[in-house]
Amino acid sequence: METILALAIGVLTGSGIWLLLRPRTFQVIIGLSLLSYAVNLFIFSTGGLRTGAAPILERGEAGSLAQYADPVPQALVLTAIVISFATTALFLVVMLAARGLTGSDHVDGKEQDS
Amino acid sequence: MSGWADHLTIAPIIIPLLAGAAMILLGDRRRPINALLGVASVLAQLALAIALLMAADQEQALGTATVRVYRLGDWPALFGIVLVLDRLSALMLVLTALLGLAALVFSLARWHRAGAYFHPLFQFQLMGLNGAFLTGDLFNLFVFFEVMLAASYGMAMHGSGIARVRAGLHYLAINLATSLLFLIGVSMIYGIAGTLNMAELAGRVAPLAGEDRALLEAGAAILGVAFLIKAGMWPLGFWLPTTYAAAGAAPAAIISILSKVGVYAVLRLWLLLFGEGAGVSAGFGGNWLLLGGLLTIAFGSVAVLATQNTARLAGANVLVSSGTLLAAIGSGQVGVTGGALLYLASSVLAIGAFFLLVELVERGREVGADVLAVTREAFGGEEDDPYDDEVGVAIPASTAILGLSFLTCALLLAGLPPLSSFLAKFAMLAPLFAPGGSTSPGSWALLAALMLSGLATIVSMTRAGIEVFWTTPATVLPRVRVIEIAPVVLLLGLCVALTAGAGPAMRYMEATSQMLHAPRDYVRGVIGPAAAGSGTGAAL
Repeated sequence: METILALAIGVLTGSGIWLLLRPRTFQVIIGLSLLSYAVNLFIFSTGGLRTGAAPILERGEAGSLAQYADPVPQALVLTAIVISFATTALFLVVMLAARGLTGSDHVDGKEQDS
Repeated sequence: MSGWADHLTIAPIIIPLLAGAAMILLGDRRRPINALLGVASVLAQLALAIALLMAADQEQALGTATVRVYRLGDWPALFGIVLVLDRLSALMLVLTALLGLAALVFSLARWHRAGAYFHPLFQFQLMGLNGAFLTGDLFNLFVFFEVMLAASYGMAMHGSGIARVRAGLHYLAINLATSLLFLIGVSMIYGIAGTLNMAELAGRVAPLAGEDRALLEAGAAILGVAFLIKAGMWPLGFWLPTTYAAAGAAPAAIISILSKVGVYAVLRLWLLLFGEGAGVSAGFGGNWLLLGGLLTIAFGSVAVLATQNTARLAGANVLVSSGTLLAAIGSGQVGVTGGALLYLASSVLAIGAFFLLVELVERGREVGADVLAVTREAFGGEEDDPYDDEVGVAIPASTAILGLSFLTCALLLAGLPPLSSFLAKFAMLAPLFAPGGSTSPGSWALLAALMLSGLATIVSMTRAGIEVFWTTPATVLPRVRVIEIAPVVLLLGLCVALTAGAGPAMRYMEATSQMLHAPRDYVRGVIGPAAAGSGTGAAL
């Protein structure tokens, strides 16, 4: 479980960073999205991973900290999802404005001669 | 929680939130009402911030309660989230409100008409700033950072135009990536320490050992990178001059304090987490701060010398002041931090004034004002503007006033006597070269960096001043309104007041610095007396 999640985070982060460094604005925004997925998974995993556990209480058992999934990372990840979604949407708007004003989808607003 | 006076702590967040929401409901077309509401809101925040500052100062003196803690929903601090007001927060609130007042009044002359929704964005900007200064919780710090940044994207691109959108795109991309680093850092710290409350974190660092300590330090370092990108430390700050130079004058003045938020966060968290009580981790990363600060000063000085454009000059000055602050904080001494706080106050005011002034002096010149010309073309003639002449009158002798303001700015930015930033630089250096103590190479480097950056700034400001005031044909007199020059004079006058009242100001800064370096009072104030002494935090 940990290995799969770690691999998923690693692959998402790697692809995200590679795309973030590309010259087209569309690649940048996809890169940022992939990075934010990776970060969301990462935050989620800081609460500890368990398979098949009940969220709070097992039937017939007294509540204990051992049976209790930490709710704080879940709250954090929810907030982080909302915020990164909103800022990505904002980035999209600015990206379109830049495309309209400069006539190019290069991040610098003009093609590089090389 | 007794009496309404306790709720004043949250008011700096509530007031701009309500004002901004009301403005959106009123609609962007009703600019006079929005402007009135905005000014009223900023004045209320200023009055409140000053009241809180006095309260924070007074309570310390009496020894009754050292920090004001506001528990949202009255949950105990370990379960709920808290707002904490101490001397540093109060100081930052006052600076934000002053800068906000100046920038808002300045914008009433023209800038608030340069694009849509200026007034609500301005209020949300203030809300994010105030919240970031008040919060006592790492994740809320993230949330308020995002509020502040979301507003600042709008502010930086206010007025539109190719230059702004292009700079804004880079600014946005960098800050989105930074936010992700922030989240990684916060969640790593939470994963190890099991809390997000800053005061509780302070007690959780010392008992850690082995892998946990390494992971916590790594998390703190990633978090630190996020703050240092905001502060514009050398390899991370290339976005800063371009963005600030492209932004309009009033927006640039208010977002210039954003770099100081990064410095604030470093100051607050670094001293809280890795202060003297942190055991083996004490002083973690201090050398990096010192080194990074010195390199930032060096890069900023080169940028100051190299730049031809007055607005970029202001951006480069932001880098120099960030570098100075980081290097001074990194040296990790109580006295130096006190001086750095005075420098922080004076540089926030001076740089804000300079951003406003740049636009006024550039107005008389044809060259170099290309960014403004774009705005004027795009927005100037189209909108009918019945309020144009009611806002203020053009003043005579404007060149003389502008010249004097420019001179004051130059003295302040370069840190020359007799003004406040000279005193602040002196206060920073004096403890490093105390007689009898050994002087480290870092202190000499800081001394050299401060001197050379001052020299670079004065050379560059002189050159800019000559270009602006002496080589411009006398026929092109800049038309300046009272309402535009008054904020500049206000900010510079405050710097002069800070010079004249350096004694009380320095006493306040020293007390703040002592409190920051010995965070026991802060911890005790937030968690309660039981946990502060043991250093392990209360058991959950």
